[in-house]
Amino acid sequence: MTTETGKSRLIEDMKMHSGQDPNGCYQCGKCSAACPVSAALDLKPHQVLRYLQMGLENELAESKTPWVCASCFTCAARCPRDIDLARVMEGLRLSILRNRGGNKFGPAELTPEQLEKLPQQALVSGFRKYNK
Amino acid sequence: MRYRYFPGCTLKGQAKSMEDTTLAAAKAMGIELEELSEWQCCGAVYPLYEDELISLLSPVRTLAAAEGEPLVSLCAACHHVLKRAQELMQRNEDARKKVTDHLEVEYAGEGRVLHFLEVLRDDLGFDKLKEMVKKPLEGKKVAAYYGCLLLRPSKVMQFDDPENPTIMEDMIRALGAEVVKSPYRTECCGAYLSVTEEGVAADTVQRILDSARRAGAEILVTACPLCRYNLENCADNEGKTPIKVYYFSEILAEAMGLPSESAQDRGTKEEVPQG
Ligand code: SF4
Ligand code: SF4
Repeated sequence: MTTETGKSRLIEDMKMHSGQDPNGCYQCGKCSAACPVSAALDLKPHQVLRYLQMGLENELAESKTPWVCASCFTCAARCPRDIDLARVMEGLRLSILRNRGGNKFGPAELTPEQLEKLPQQALVSGFRKYNK
Repeated sequence: MRYRYFPGCTLKGQAKSMEDTTLAAAKAMGIELEELSEWQCCGAVYPLYEDELISLLSPVRTLAAAEGEPLVSLCAACHHVLKRAQELMQRNEDARKKVTDHLEVEYAGEGRVLHFLEVLRDDLGFDKLKEMVKKPLEGKKVAAYYGCLLLRPSKVMQFDDPENPTIMEDMIRALGAEVVKSPYRTECCGAYLSVTEEGVAADTVQRILDSARRAGAEILVTACPLCRYNLENCADNEGKTPIKVYYFSEILAEAMGLPSESAQDRGTKEEVPQG
C-alpha cells in the first residue's frame, strides 16, 4: 500500500499521527534494554525504529511486536533522542488496523472465568488497544 | 479540604475495596471527597494517536464537570488518562476546540488533577498523616509497587521522580510499617497483556514478585486494579514465600483503625490459637 509518491502509506500515517520521526533514532538500543517484554518481541523496539527508517512496511505489519507492547512508556522515558516509542507502537497498531483492517481481539475470545475476574479496566484497555 | 472525586468504573466493581477504604480513611482525616454527580468510564488507556479525539470526549467531559475545583481519582489508570487529557487541552488548541465544541462545554485545561496519594503528600502532609495514625503497622515489611501509569511520562504526570519515586514509601513509613525497596517497583506488570498474551504477563509479574521477595517484602501495595489483578493471578508462586498484594488505601485504612481486607487478614492470623 503506497502513497502517490511511492512511500509506504502505513509508515506515513504512523509518522503523521504519532508525531514521531524515526530518522531521529541513532540505534543506541536503550529502548530495547529497558523494555520489560523485549524477550517476547520478534522485532526489538530499536529494530522497529530501524525498519521504519528503511521503509520495511510488510515486515512491520507482520511483526508481533506492536501487539505485545504493553504501552508501559519505559522505552520513551529512556530514549536519549526523545523519541516516544510508545506512540510509535500505537501508531503502528492503528495504522495497521486502519489500512489493512481486521480487529486483533474481541469479547468472544474471553473465557467465562476471565470475564468474571478481570477488572473492568483490563477489558476496556484491551479492546481499545486491539480494535478499531 | 474539599475535592471533587472521580471513581471510575473499576472502583465500582472489582476494586470496590479501594474506594471503600479511601473514602473511610479520607473521612477520618477530614478530607471531603464529593463524587461527581455524573461520570463515564475514562477510557482506561490514553489515546496516543493524535487524531483519536473520540477517546478524549469522556475524560474531557469529566475534567469540565469538576468546574475548576481540584479533581481527585484513586485508580492509577483513571488518573493517568485525566492528567494527560488535561495536558493535551492546555497544549493543543485545535484538539481543545474540536473536543469542547463537540461536548458543548467550556474547558481550557484548568483545575488541579490529583491522585489521592498527592493529596496526602502535598495538601495534608505525611507528618500530619503520621500523627493521625491510630494503629501503626509495626513490624510489617511493606514494599511499594508503582508500575507505569502514575510515573510516566514524567513531564506530564509530574507525580514523582520516575526512576526513583518515594511517595508511596513515605506513606508506608508514616503508617508505621517497615519500608522494603525492590528494584522492580517501577517496572511494568504487563498491563492488558494478561488478557491477550498471558505468558508474557506471567514473566513480567514473576520478576516483580521474586524481586520483592528477595528484598524481604511481606506485603506489596499498589494503586492500580490491573496491577493487583496481574500480581495476584499471573505468576506461579508454588513453594515460595507468600506475598500479599493490597491497595495503598487498604493499609492506610488499617492504620487508621478502620475495616479493610489487610486488617482482616492480619486479624485472622493473630487470632489463630497457638499450640
Ligand atoms: S533509545 Fe531512542 S535513539 Fe536509542 S535505539 Fe531506541 S529509539 Fe533509537
Ligand atoms: S512501551 Fe512497549 S515497547 Fe516500550 S518499553 Fe513498554 S512494552 Fe516495550
